[in-house]
Formats: sequence, structure tokens, C-alpha cells
Amino acid sequence: MNDTALADLALDFSLLSLFAIGGVITVLPEMHRSVVEVRGWMSGAEFAHLFALAQVSPGPNILVVSLIGWKVAGLQGAAVATAAVCVPSSVLAFAVSKIWQRFRDARWRLAIEDGLVPVTVGLMLAGGYLITLSADDSVIGFAVTAVTAAVVLTTRIHPLWLFGAAGLLGLAGWV
Amino acid sequence: MNEAPPSTIPGTGELFLRFTQIAVSGFGGVGPWAQRMVVEERGWLSAEEFTDMMSLCQFLPGPNIVNLAVCVGARFHGVRGALAAFAGLMAGPFVIILALGVLYTQYGDLPAVASAFRGISAAAAGFIVAMGLKMAASRRLRSAMAVFAVITFISIALVRLPLGVFLLVAAPVSVAAAFWRRK
Repeated sequence: MNDTALADLALDFSLLSLFAIGGVITVLPEMHRSVVEVRGWMSGAEFAHLFALAQVSPGPNILVVSLIGWKVAGLQGAAVATAAVCVPSSVLAFAVSKIWQRFRDARWRLAIEDGLVPVTVGLMLAGGYLITLSADDSVIGFAVTAVTAAVVLTTRIHPLWLFGAAGLLGLAGWV
Repeated sequence: MNEAPPSTIPGTGELFLRFTQIAVSGFGGVGPWAQRMVVEERGWLSAEEFTDMMSLCQFLPGPNIVNLAVCVGARFHGVRGALAAFAGLMAGPFVIILALGVLYTQYGDLPAVASAFRGISAAAAGFIVAMGLKMAASRRLRSAMAVFAVITFISIALVRLPLGVFLLVAAPVSVAAAFWRRK
């Protein structure tokens, strides 16, 4: 059982690694699909909680996969999931960084950048939409999400303050 | 153009340590800390070289900041440098987050913790929504290319198509459209 879980983690997350154009947030919908809907490793709410934990913890947000792996198959699971999500893309980055400079002004390079930006934006918005549906099940919950988004967009306040305030609201039993 | 070529070449130990430092300072986003360390404090790269490297890492697949660590490390010491920077970036935060995970499983069922997490999760979701909207407002999207953002959102968020299948079709079409528009 554990070996199957490790193999599934390795497979799912190494594919995610190569599809994550623009970063982790763009594969949030796919991660949710694989972890919650296809594999049934945890509930949507638990997924949202682990994601929140990764947000308030220092370091790259990608570490949410370490938490997922750990939840599924302990320390080994954490190591396998983290390696799976980092290694394929890192190897690619290593290879491409060597040649990219040479093609600075090539038309195909600019076209790749122009073409991938809108897809990345669509993926990020889809990620925000799906994680909101997972995280919130009350009107106040949706309101907290909306207010946080508005504050982040209009001020330069550090997000940790917002997470702290929202945590207090939750503690008070309002969310 | 930035005139002063980088004069400092970090060793692998230095790469490891500085990336650890970058990683643990980075609450809610590591990118700005990386720039500060690599360009301003250490002078390993010129601002221009850093920006170029960052834009490559943003559009390559995978976690941006991990890609950046790999590229910076590789720039100075090839595979060894990439491994050192990568390990520095990940090791500390990996231990910290698992410790938090243990605490969460231990106490996550307590009503107080569970309800605090309901609030934090709601805010974390709002943060992601804001990142998406911020990027959508960026200059590059004010063209007919925006239609690809809409198609992507509908296919992934509403129709729930598998990402791989969708990307294999949509990314080439979008890039081809961009190529044609640049004529």
C-alpha cells in the first residue's frame, strides 16, 4: 500500500513539475484534482488547510507538496513528493539556462513568452477560484477571501498580517 | 545596461548558506529576497542579468524560485553549484514545514485550531485570487491574446479538463498565435 502510494506521488508530482508553467499556483487546480478528486488522499478542506500552512511557513510555496506527501506516506512520502516536483523542472531549467541568453531577441523566444503569459494567467485565476471553493463554506468565509484579495491588490501590507487577522476571526468563530 | 560586471564569485558553501538565508526570510514569497541577496547585497549578478534569469525561470515549468536557485548555482559552478543552491533553498524550509505539519496533525482537531485554520485558509485563498488578478492586469495581456486566458480559465476551473491534455493543445496554439501577431 505504502509503495503504491509512493509511486503514485512520484508519478503525479513529476508530471505536475513539467506542467507548472509560471509556478506552483498554476498547477493548484491539477494538484487538487489529483490529490482530492482522483486519488482521494484527503478532503478539499484539508487540502486548503495544508495549502494555508505552506503559505504561512517560510520558504518556497511549493513545499505544500512536502506536506501532502507526508500526509499520504510519512517522511518518505514528503521526500518523494518534494523531489518529484522539483527534479524534472530543475533539470530542464539547468539545460535551458545555458542556451537561453543566446536567443534573447529571437522572434520565437518572444512568441513563446507572449503565448504562455495568458495561459499562465488563466491557470492562476482557475487556481484562485478552486482553492476558494475548497476553503470557504460560509458567507463570512467568502467575505474574508474577497477582502483579503482586495487588500492585497490595493495596499502593500504584508500578507502575514492578513493571515493573522483572518486566523483571529476564525478563532472567534465567525468564519 | 549595467556596466559593472559581477566581481564576486561565490563558492558552493556560500551558495548553500545564502540560499538558506533567502528561503527562511521569505514569508509569502521568496523572489524579492532572492533579488536583494543576489544583486544588491552580494553582487553576484548585475540587475539586468538577474531580471533576465528571473523571466526565464518564471516561464519555464516548475517552482520559479527553485528554477532560479538552479540557474544561479549553475552559472557559477555547474551541476555542483545548482545542487548547493537547491539544497540551501529547500533543506531548512522542508524541516520547518514538516514540524508545522506535525503540530497541525497533533492539534488540528482542537476546535480552536480548526476554526482559526478556517479563517487562515480563506485569507490564503484570497491571496491567490489577488496574485491572479494582478497578473491579469499586467500590460502584456491587453491584447487579443487575453482570449487564451479566458479559454484556460473555463477549461480548467469550470470544465475541469486535465491540465496535461489541455496544455498540450492550448500552449502550442497560443504560442503560434503570438508568433503570427509578431510578424
